Amino acid sequence: MSIKLTKKQKKWLLRIVLGAIGFGILSILEHTGVCEGDRWWIGLIAAIIPYLIVGWDVIRKSFRNISHGEVFDENFLMMIATFGAFGIGEYREAVAVMLLYQIGELFQNYATGKSRDSISQLMEMAPDTAIVERDGETEEVDPDEVEVGEIIVVRPGEKIPLDGEVIEGESMLDTSALTGESVPRSARVGDLVVSGCVNGKGLLKIRTTKCYEDSTVAKILELVENATDKKTRVENFVTRFARVYTPIVTISALVLAIIPPLVLGGGLDVWISWIRRACIFLVVSCPCALVISVPLGFFGGIGAASRIGVLVKGSNYLEVLSYVKTVVFDKTGTLTKGEFRVSSIEPAGAAQPLIASTSDDPKITLLEMAAYAEQYSTHPVSEAIREAYGKSIDLSRIGHTEEIAGHGVLASVDGHQILAGNAKLMRKYGISFSEEEQGGTVVYVACDGTFAGTIVISDTMKEGVPEAIRDLKAAGVAQTVMLTGDNESAARAIAGQAGVDRVYAQLLPGGKVEIVEKLITEQNGRESLAFVGDGVNDAPVLMRSDVGIAMGLIGSDAAIEAADVVLMDDDVRKISKTVTIARKTMGIIHTNIVFAIAVKILILILSVFGIANMWMAIFGDVGVLVLCILNAMRLLTL
Amino acid sequence: MKKKYKMDEIDCANCALKLENAIKEVPGVSNVKVNYMMQKLTLEAEDASFDEVEKNVLAVCKRMEPDMDVTAI
Repeated sequence: MSIKLTKKQKKWLLRIVLGAIGFGILSILEHTGVCEGDRWWIGLIAAIIPYLIVGWDVIRKSFRNISHGEVFDENFLMMIATFGAFGIGEYREAVAVMLLYQIGELFQNYATGKSRDSISQLMEMAPDTAIVERDGETEEVDPDEVEVGEIIVVRPGEKIPLDGEVIEGESMLDTSALTGESVPRSARVGDLVVSGCVNGKGLLKIRTTKCYEDSTVAKILELVENATDKKTRVENFVTRFARVYTPIVTISALVLAIIPPLVLGGGLDVWISWIRRACIFLVVSCPCALVISVPLGFFGGIGAASRIGVLVKGSNYLEVLSYVKTVVFDKTGTLTKGEFRVSSIEPAGAAQPLIASTSDDPKITLLEMAAYAEQYSTHPVSEAIREAYGKSIDLSRIGHTEEIAGHGVLASVDGHQILAGNAKLMRKYGISFSEEEQGGTVVYVACDGTFAGTIVISDTMKEGVPEAIRDLKAAGVAQTVMLTGDNESAARAIAGQAGVDRVYAQLLPGGKVEIVEKLITEQNGRESLAFVGDGVNDAPVLMRSDVGIAMGLIGSDAAIEAADVVLMDDDVRKISKTVTIARKTMGIIHTNIVFAIAVKILILILSVFGIANMWMAIFGDVGVLVLCILNAMRLLTL
Repeated sequence: MKKKYKMDEIDCANCALKLENAIKEVPGVSNVKVNYMMQKLTLEAEDASFDEVEKNVLAVCKRMEPDMDVTAI
């Protein structure tokens, strides 16, 4: 990790170094006894010089704040604590408190700058300019000025500035800034491309489909920047705690300095002893460590998620995601590709072949029959069959065709009567056939009244789905559920392959919301439910669930808009990784909060009994702050 | 209406928290976020009185953090 400081930070560091040198000189003077007895003023001067070098701005700020009624300000507390230390003759402690306080502040400043940079790296995907073709000439303009429908030119190695459709050229795109995926994606004429990708070796001409403001890159930047604006439960706790903690400790310090010596009586020694304890109170009264670790932690967590191509729209969703117990998937497009394919062909023995087939293979004959019969149908199932057949269709072989709605088709091929459709069609024509119990859509084929076999068409599962479900279980998700509008058997088949626990099939879009609501009521306490979907009709479910997760590539705009988390590369395996990041983030934040509060309270208790000294108090303030920041920064390298 | 400002610079998370609480008290402010990590202030107020509210909010910033520059983005 290279350390780069801003000008302001360098000046700050210089003051700290000078102060530290002064502190060293003071220590030597005290140890060698130079400033004992009559020469006590040497020590005082040797202390005041480094004290002012390091802490003049703290004192200035605290006076300024008192002038507008802002009393419980950490600058003021530091000033009072150090003045107290001077008052009781502990010069070295006074200088050390100020010195370490400034070190802590500088560290905090540096750490937040550093984590801001890690988000800024993401910002680098924002384009600076766009080359637009206007009246046959190209000109370089601000991406903001390009209108929808204009032609932009993207040269090799440049960022795509706006979303659009490729109209000329061919290239490979580096989408890693968006998706965290290093494998380049190809872009050809007709493909939709998103802004933020880096163009490979080819020159692309793109017709824009969105203005810059609505383009992917602008939306992502907006999301990430505002993600930490949403207040989390843990943040609200810290805010409330900080609001009461500081005044209580400060007032206790005042009470501690005055009441016991008055009650107990005694001389100067007693007063000094209690004032020292009060100073310790003041030093640990700053809630800084607590307050900083929350936003820094969430910032790190959101950054870590965006590095693997997952956009989390707010810190609060990271918090909710860490309690996720149920993950509900929409089937089509989420677990499956949404592409129908012929998955099995089962010819029914002896009846073959009745038509003059081009092949000896009974399977191909069956497929040929179905493909010819379904030639004029636009149903996705027919398209899948024709695609599986693959050969060109000789239209002269097809006679009369009739589509029977809700059943299938009746067609004359080579003069034979072919029936292709569902079980209802077979029953309607009184054909004896064996019903298939396989998952997917089953097409029954009959030729001249004799059953010829079945063709099963099913949706293919996405890569890595079983792995994704397994990983979710390993990450502590108690149950996985699949929702679909498809029929029961098709749903069961996919669910079985994927390994999900529960299936709800044949749902209407409204039904999905009902099921999700029911599942939400089944949860206890803070447990949460995540819904993963992609379609327009998933938007209400995405909003209703505790955390909505949308697919960024195939997802509809409505789904992405409604979702709280977006998987930029549609890889469902990223869900478990995001859950893990969320858990780690919350773990680190909780550790920090408990650690900071525990150490501070412990030091407070010890100091009441006179056991804690000023050095422990400094640890309670600056040490805890630095440790909390370091702990939170671990997320940046996650 | 909603407007964003860049803060240069607010020094600590606690200061940001206090500034946010102080701005919330300004009459007419419907919502405000002081994002310490991004050094950004987001102010929301009614369109009609926005200029007036903005002036008061900037005055609060000046009072609480005199060394901080606030510029609209």
